[in-house]
Amino acid sequence: MHRIHILIAMDAHTISQGARSIKDAMTRELALAGLANEVRVVETGSLGIYDKGVVLVVFPDAVYYVGVKMEDVTEIISEHLIKGRIVERLQYLDMPSGEAKAGDKSARVSKQIRVVLKNAGIIDPESIEEYIANDGYEALGKALTEMTPEQVMEEVKASAMQGRGGAFFPTGIKWGFAAREKSEEKYIICNADEGEPGTFKDRLILEGDPHAVIEGMALAGYAVGAHQGYVYIRGEYHMSIARMQRAIEQARQQGLLGKNIFSSSFSFDLDIREGAGAYICGEETALIESIEGKRGEPRNKPPFPPSVGLWGKPTIVNNVETLANVPQIILKGAKWYRSLGTENSPGTKVFTMVGNINNPGLIEVPMGITLREIIYDIGHGIPEGKGFLLAQLGGTTGGILTREHLDLPLAVDTLRNAGAGMGSGALLVVDDSQCLVDLVKTFVEFFVHESCGICTLCREGNGRLLELLERMTEGKGAAEDLHLMEELANAMMRGAFCGLGQAAPIPVLGCLRYFREEFEQHLQGTCRAGKCELHAANEAAA
Amino acid sequence: MEQITLKIDGRPVTVPAGSTVLEAAEKAQITIPRLCYHPDLPPVSACRLCVVEIKGDRLLRTACSWKASEGMEVTTSSRVVRESRKIAMELLLSRHPMRCTECVRNGSCELRTVADQLGIREIRFAYNERKGFLDTSSLAVVRDPGKCILCRRCVQTCTMVQSVSALGMENRGYDVWVDTPFGKGLGDVACVACGQCIDRCPVGALYENSHIQRVWDALDNPNLHVVVQTAPAVRVAIGEEFGMPAGSLVTDKMVTALRRMGFDKVFDTDFTADLTIMEEGYELLGRIKNGGTLPLLTSCSPGWINFIEHFYPQLLPHVSSCKSPQQMFGALAKTYYAEKAGLQAKDIYVVSVMPCTAKKYESDRAEMNSSGFQDVDAVLTTREAATMMKQIGINLAELPEEEYDAPLGISTGAAVIFGNTGGVMEAALRTVYEVVTKKPLDTVEITAVRGMEGVREAEIDLDGLKVRAAVANGLANARKLMEKIVSGEANYHFIEIMACPGGCIGGGGQPVPTSLDIRKKRADALYRADRGLKIRKSHENPAILKLYEEFLGEPNSHKAHDLLHTHYTAKTVYSE
Repeated sequence: MHRIHILIAMDAHTISQGARSIKDAMTRELALAGLANEVRVVETGSLGIYDKGVVLVVFPDAVYYVGVKMEDVTEIISEHLIKGRIVERLQYLDMPSGEAKAGDKSARVSKQIRVVLKNAGIIDPESIEEYIANDGYEALGKALTEMTPEQVMEEVKASAMQGRGGAFFPTGIKWGFAAREKSEEKYIICNADEGEPGTFKDRLILEGDPHAVIEGMALAGYAVGAHQGYVYIRGEYHMSIARMQRAIEQARQQGLLGKNIFSSSFSFDLDIREGAGAYICGEETALIESIEGKRGEPRNKPPFPPSVGLWGKPTIVNNVETLANVPQIILKGAKWYRSLGTENSPGTKVFTMVGNINNPGLIEVPMGITLREIIYDIGHGIPEGKGFLLAQLGGTTGGILTREHLDLPLAVDTLRNAGAGMGSGALLVVDDSQCLVDLVKTFVEFFVHESCGICTLCREGNGRLLELLERMTEGKGAAEDLHLMEELANAMMRGAFCGLGQAAPIPVLGCLRYFREEFEQHLQGTCRAGKCELHAANEAAA
Repeated sequence: MEQITLKIDGRPVTVPAGSTVLEAAEKAQITIPRLCYHPDLPPVSACRLCVVEIKGDRLLRTACSWKASEGMEVTTSSRVVRESRKIAMELLLSRHPMRCTECVRNGSCELRTVADQLGIREIRFAYNERKGFLDTSSLAVVRDPGKCILCRRCVQTCTMVQSVSALGMENRGYDVWVDTPFGKGLGDVACVACGQCIDRCPVGALYENSHIQRVWDALDNPNLHVVVQTAPAVRVAIGEEFGMPAGSLVTDKMVTALRRMGFDKVFDTDFTADLTIMEEGYELLGRIKNGGTLPLLTSCSPGWINFIEHFYPQLLPHVSSCKSPQQMFGALAKTYYAEKAGLQAKDIYVVSVMPCTAKKYESDRAEMNSSGFQDVDAVLTTREAATMMKQIGINLAELPEEEYDAPLGISTGAAVIFGNTGGVMEAALRTVYEVVTKKPLDTVEITAVRGMEGVREAEIDLDGLKVRAAVANGLANARKLMEKIVSGEANYHFIEIMACPGGCIGGGGQPVPTSLDIRKKRADALYRADRGLKIRKSHENPAILKLYEEFLGEPNSHKAHDLLHTHYTAKTVYSE
């Protein structure tokens, strides 16, 4: 029996920072120190700490170390493991309160609650036994042995959970559409084609707790009467794919996927489909086209996938985070779920914080938290003492939030009223030294490339928005350009084919709304921030 | 049928349930602008010009795809709608080269028409060229992606109507374009040259490989004896190029026009259509009698021949060895007619006027040279023939009527219906019935094989011999029948296939636009032409009987085989 567990985060970032060598060194040094039987080194998913080098946690003390280098390995062993003294210079103090333990007296009271991420960084994601030991597959067992499919669906409906892919459509209602379709074949698709810049929550859920997603999919399958699911994972997510594949195989071996699960009459199996790098394939009908082997482009709707989806059959497409919530809802009940978050937006939300922020990374917080709490309490504010200019919430198509929104409770309805949305959960923080026009340009550049090209407004519109912005930063803009930009952006928002084209101009219009004077200044030849080409050209001229 | 009532621009409209908003608006006499919508194709909703406002809906919806519902309130002309349409049009126009005067679609460009409908008077975006190369690799179809407005009608036509998929979308975003597989030219992929993409292109991004210049060169050459043949379907469509309504039958005016253009003889492909019936009819009877490969597949449609060579080469033994009427004509013009007129084959130049682009490819096939010279020297589409007429100031509608020259201009009602889907079958059955039963048909018109459905079947009793026949038009429908043959499910004796929807009257060389309604009108005109002719059975054509008597001997004779029959080449869907 091991006295101590060391969990090393293995995600794309930490691996690039040398996590594998650190793990090997740790194992080697522990053996040399004669501790091999007392201390076990375990690979785990992301610990939600981003951009801080190699991250590990020592249990049962729950002490987190970041930026661990090769030379720190022996120090951690001799100081912490042998002498019981925490290596304070490497310690990280911002982990969720629920996990803080003795020996971590200085940990701040965290605003985080972990539902979706409850196992991430706690268990070995490659071990189904560890998942099971942490209530894993208990919800599925409960559903299959004690509940009818209708009861499972009603529980999800009662939880009022809204889909975490960005549209926040009530999950239970979506399931209901597919459940009432009479079809021998139905499909559950997990949308893990996470392509939103700055978003990596789904990756870290898949890497940290793949079985939660599998269990969620099986529950969805049971509720709507589907027997086959597909996990559509972004092709670049090698580790997510590998871990999901392993998890599926383990679940099959344990009889948790396949025929007659829990000796019930319910059969359900899963396969992985890899995305090929098109952003549009995160749109559910484009994703379906892609699984069918066609060019990834959205379909004309209606009909919607719950009635006519994959191969023309009723299909539920749910986001990774949505599905990972499901087992908890079934296990603990809708009432428990609704106790989290706000009245109209229950539950937690996983965010990825990026941009000009001291403490970037993955967080899970209750709905209703304010931007100020996220940026200043969890994120430790903006580096170099700079001011807050804006936050873009929800990825590249996200709405713009400014100083006036810092105390707005972040929930689906409140954000909608502010002309924004939570989207995929990416939170981009921008400090006041940035050139706003330049910033908007980077958003639009993305869509010029990622529009599928079907519809005039999105295909040509993004290209022209970029052209107008480029003219502005090159000092060639004309007074009427702002009006044209607005007219074009408005037409796209109401008239483009799919969600991509409709949402692409949201940040453009948001910035025009809150920072119009900055655009006007560019038209008059000055850049406040002194960062774009206009500034460079002015410098050169002077 | 259940009816629903909705309000469009405040006025109630009642339409059958399931109608689109576009259909409902048409009923209310409101023209909704559109470019990607085509009545032959499911809506792609790409152009965004047909957007409308629907009460209670934050988004604008495309009228082409959005279903009307009871009580729905639609606004087609609000400021939001007008501005959205206008900006979409400006976006399209700003990437279109606008060299309208040098464009093949100068007079029939839908982009120009819709821009005018929208009252476009300025384009606020600078011209940005669209990617793509002028593709002249095909003998039949030229692609100019620079003019393309990405409506996808061609892609849908090639994929869904023809199941060929020689065209698809390439790249994405601002740089998306229509391309052939692996970026190879149309001439180097499994394009069947049917030209259906041209018929549906709203602009000049697709057009035929023009033979106009080579025909003028021949006509201007005093040493050449230039003869022209006209396919059955041309006479019911060419009037449209001169503003006449679809379905105008203008055979005799067309003859006058061709004569005025300078052709030495104006002949009719209908003559060799009758001949085809003799050759193919006897081939069918021979195969039935001698246990040959059945079902026999017709071979008149060169787009179809390309299709089977590329996609079902294993079924080539089923295809009739008869050349198409166009090629039979060429072969006879340079042998039989040359002999009669005291000319040498080398001095005869054969021009065809065809509803077809694949005929251009067919005429160029190396094996089509029975006289030692290429059977056919130039192929004009119906559109090109009209262009040449216009070039010399002819207004077809106003011309007097003249008759075809003899003997290669003498034909029957059986030949003229060759232009319709089911027409070859009907013509063949008229002859086969009488040859086998030695009894006259009670009713000449065999309506069981008529119609516009994709696949039709009929059974004809020939005095105890029940001939099971099937007819398909459009290659996606042909594919269905081929799959039945491959699976062994098909028990037909005789199958007629025409590559284009509706048959040759809907051919890729016909006037643009096309639609089911237009094709029906052209088809009706051909049946009208048949009814107007005294002789309606190929085996009663006196010129054909004389041809056998004087020259060929009998159907399927050795000489007939030399001149009128051919062979086919197995190809793959990839280029070699």
